[in-house]
This record gives sequence, C-alpha cells and structure tokens, in this order.
Amino acid sequence: MSALIMIAAVTMLALVLGSRARQGHDMNLEQWAVGGRSFGTVFVFLLMAGEIYTTFTFLGGSGFAYGKGAAAYYILGYGTLAYIMSYWMLPPIWRYAKAQKIVSQPQFFARKYDSPVLGVMVAMVGATALIPYLVLQFKGLGIIVSMASYGVISPTVAVWIGAVVVTVYVAISGVRGSAWNAMVKDVLILIVVLVLGIYLPIHYYGNLGDMFRAIDVAKPGFLTFQSKGTSLLWFQSTTLIAALGFFMWPHTFGSVFTAKDDRIFRRNAIVLPLYQLVLLFVFFVGFAAVLKVPGLSGTSIDLALFRLSQQTFDPWFVGVIGAAGVLTALVPASMIVTTASTLLANDLYRGAINRNASDAKVAKVARLMVPLIVLLAVFFTLKGGTTIVAILLVGYNIVTQLFPAAVCSLMPNSRATRQGAVCGVAAGVAVAAITTLLHLTFTQILPFLPDSFKDLNVGFAALVVNIFVFAVVSAITQPRFSARASI
Amino acid sequence: MNRLHLLAATPFFGILGGIAFANRVEPYIFGVPFVLAWVVMWVVLASVIVATVYRLDPANGHVAPTMKESGQ
Repeated sequence: MSALIMIAAVTMLALVLGSRARQGHDMNLEQWAVGGRSFGTVFVFLLMAGEIYTTFTFLGGSGFAYGKGAAAYYILGYGTLAYIMSYWMLPPIWRYAKAQKIVSQPQFFARKYDSPVLGVMVAMVGATALIPYLVLQFKGLGIIVSMASYGVISPTVAVWIGAVVVTVYVAISGVRGSAWNAMVKDVLILIVVLVLGIYLPIHYYGNLGDMFRAIDVAKPGFLTFQSKGTSLLWFQSTTLIAALGFFMWPHTFGSVFTAKDDRIFRRNAIVLPLYQLVLLFVFFVGFAAVLKVPGLSGTSIDLALFRLSQQTFDPWFVGVIGAAGVLTALVPASMIVTTASTLLANDLYRGAINRNASDAKVAKVARLMVPLIVLLAVFFTLKGGTTIVAILLVGYNIVTQLFPAAVCSLMPNSRATRQGAVCGVAAGVAVAAITTLLHLTFTQILPFLPDSFKDLNVGFAALVVNIFVFAVVSAITQPRFSARASI
Repeated sequence: MNRLHLLAATPFFGILGGIAFANRVEPYIFGVPFVLAWVVMWVVLASVIVATVYRLDPANGHVAPTMKESGQ
C-alpha cells in the first residue's frame, strides 16, 4: 500500500505544479506553441532530450534488453546518429521558421512546398504516428500502477486511471506548465536509473563483468546479434530508420521553433549523445533481471524492471521507482496529447475544413480533441498484443516518411516538387501502414530477395518506395522553364 | 561534402557498418560485452566529433584560417 500512496502523492504534486505554472500566463497561439521563440540552451536541451527519459526507455528499454538481449543496443545508436544530423538539419529549419513566423510542423512543409494539401497531410501523418507513442505511455502507466498495487488494481483499471490523470493534467497545464515537471521528472528518473543500474548487478552478481559472463553462459549468443530475428541487418535498418525519423516527430520538430538562436542546436548536439549514456544503466537493469526473474515472455518482458525491483527492495522504494515511472509517462503523454490535438485543430480543422476559423474556435476544437485522442489510445492500449519497443517502432515507420521531403526542402537547388512530396509521403505511409496491419516481413513484400533480407525493418521498404515515388513524380512535374533549361 | 561532413559521417560507418565486425562478447571492456562497448564508444566519439566540428565550423564565428580556404 505504501508504494501506491507514494505514487498517488507524486501524481498530485505534478498536477499542482502543472496548474500553478499556468497562473499569470494568458498566451496567444504563437506564444503558447513556441514560447515566443525565447528558449535558451537549457530548455531546448530538455525538450530535445525528452525522448531519452520516457516510459519507452525506462520500461521498454529495460524490458527489451531482458527479452531480446543485444537488440536493445539500437536504442543507444539511433539517437546518437540523429543528434549528429541535427547539427546541420535544425539550424536552417529554425531560420526559415523564424523568417516565416511558422509555429507548427505542417505549416513548415506547407510553406516550403507552397502546398496546403501537403500541410494537411503532414498533420495527419504526425497525429497518426503520435497515437502509438501515446499508447506506450499508457501501457507504462498501467504496468506501474498495477505492479505498485501488488495486484490489487488490475492492469485494465490502471490504464483507465492513467488516462484520466493525463486528461486532467492536459486540461490544467500548458506546454510551459510542464516545464517544471519535466525538470523534476528528468532528475528523479536519472537518480532512479543510476541507482538501479549500478546496485542491481553488484547486489546479484558481484560486479558487471560477472553478470554478463553469467548471462553468456546461461544464454549463449544473447549478448550479440543473432543470425536470425533481431539480427545485424535488423539492427542496422532499425537504427537508420529511427535516426532519420527522430526529428520528424511533430513535438520534436516543434521544439526546434522554441529556440532563441540557431547556435543552440549545434551546441546541444555535442552534449546530447553523452546524455543518452544513461540508457546504458537502463540496459543493466534489464540484463540483471534475465537470470533473476526468468520466465517473462511476450508482452510481459516490459514488466522486467518492476518484477526485479519488487523482489529486491522494500515497498516504499518500489513506490519511489513507481513515482519516477509515472512522471516519465505523464509528462511526455501530456505533451503528445497537446501536440496531437493542436495538429488536428490548427492544421487539419483550420487547414482543410474551416479555413476562416478564429483562434478561439481552433482552441475550442483542440480541447474537444483531447478526450477523443485519449480514448483512442486507451482502446489500442487495452487491445494489447505488442511490447513497448515494438509499439514505438510502428510510430517510427510512419513518421520517418516525412524525412525525404523535409531534407529536400532544405537543399538550395532542390528539384523536388509539391506533387512529388505529396505522392512520396502518401506512398511511404501506405506501405508502412499496410505492412504493419498485415504483419508482413520484408521478404513477403519483395519475394525475390534472399531469405537473409527477412529481418530488414519494413519501415525501410516504405522509405525506399517513398524516395522512389518522390523522385519520379518530381521529375515528371518539373516546372516548364526548368524543363526547357535542362534540354 | 567537405571535410567536416566526412568527419561527422564516421559514427554512421562505425555504428551501422563497423558493428558487423564488432559483433562478439569477448573481450569484455570494463565488464561490458565487446559489441555493446563498441556502440558506447561511438556514442562518446560522436560527442567528441561534433565538438570538433563545432570548433572548426566557420558558421560559429571563430574562423580558423585554414578552414576559410577549404570551406568552399
């Protein structure tokens, strides 16, 4: 019971902090969405590092290390590559957005390609990709609350409680409102992960080396990439897909606009890879659980961290871990819900349905969207079936499809056309959606390829189709004058 | 593509390509399996590389004389 009380207390505190931060701020859309482009290095850093400390890494990362071994290493790889790319990619995006007074990702694409249709499409792609991201936060909340109640609260009830808390939290705090909670969350989770990642291997195995040796003896090949399943090819294609998609998430792309100047991104790109190393300790927790809480399989691998914690610590400390876990789900979830509802209201509703809608009307539609988005996510969460990492990979396969159009729009002499961009994104998302819904593998789409290609991430196939369609349609639809010039 | 781009591309080769040659448990580095240590090494190197790029990049103000000529 003490664990549950601890978690409830922290949740209440987060709600209070969220509601207090809002007082005294009466903001218009631009200020609310991008903080008046006034954020310095530290705050942009926190926004950009947001993904490092969500339920995805806390429960998903440790669970993936527990269940799949070496495959988890990809989580460390993709962010690193994305941060390197951000050094060159984000400054021109920021400069263009500032010059054009852009506040959202769909606006950026629409303006760059002079195509409102593309803007609406980007909003839909973004909102769709955010749903799995929200589902995994709810799944995390469900796991934490039901585990911390030591079975009293069922996972289903726990997911509903989580959904209600997220809705209330979004209703009473804005994006700025969660800044304080984001700080508290990062510090708390940092401490918890370091304590667990250092203590558990020492407590159970004596030291890190002995832990890994014991695992290697018990499960040979677990710590390296296998020849089948989560193979090297899987690692390479998944890391690449996730690295390219990293800054295409609507909320991450949006955080670019909050910066005060463009040098902030270059400076952050130095530190962010190191900040990620905390993930190493998350892996250690997962690996420590391999031999100590054996037998979790399927979607239960996400429980590894909590099972081991319950077996090791007093209930009050399990409560501390649970409280940290609740914050890592609550803060990102509220940001996702806010972003998705704004996308639907501002960029889809105002962009396509009612072009003359006033700001007040858009804000009202956004508020109406919140419960709908939450309910949809609860539905998919309760439907279940996949692990936290697998859920986010679906989101990545969708959101990465925006990458080719984004990069081409930044090239000085781009031959990309709006028709090309629209068709490319549509084709890529279609392939990603169909393969996900039908659970197809790479060799089922392209049967003439050798069997070893089976483990290639299907998002990769979608990206190849996307780029191909983008290039062909752009070539066909070149404006007249440039066609004449090239002859 | 200039020299800074090439330098920044090395972690891509290291993580996406080099991993194929690092895919083994032995030797353990600080107790960590070799392949995991390989990825961690590239994360740290990525930070060092971006810091180096930041210093040499004329876009950040402090222009190194040699880079000014080859910056085209």
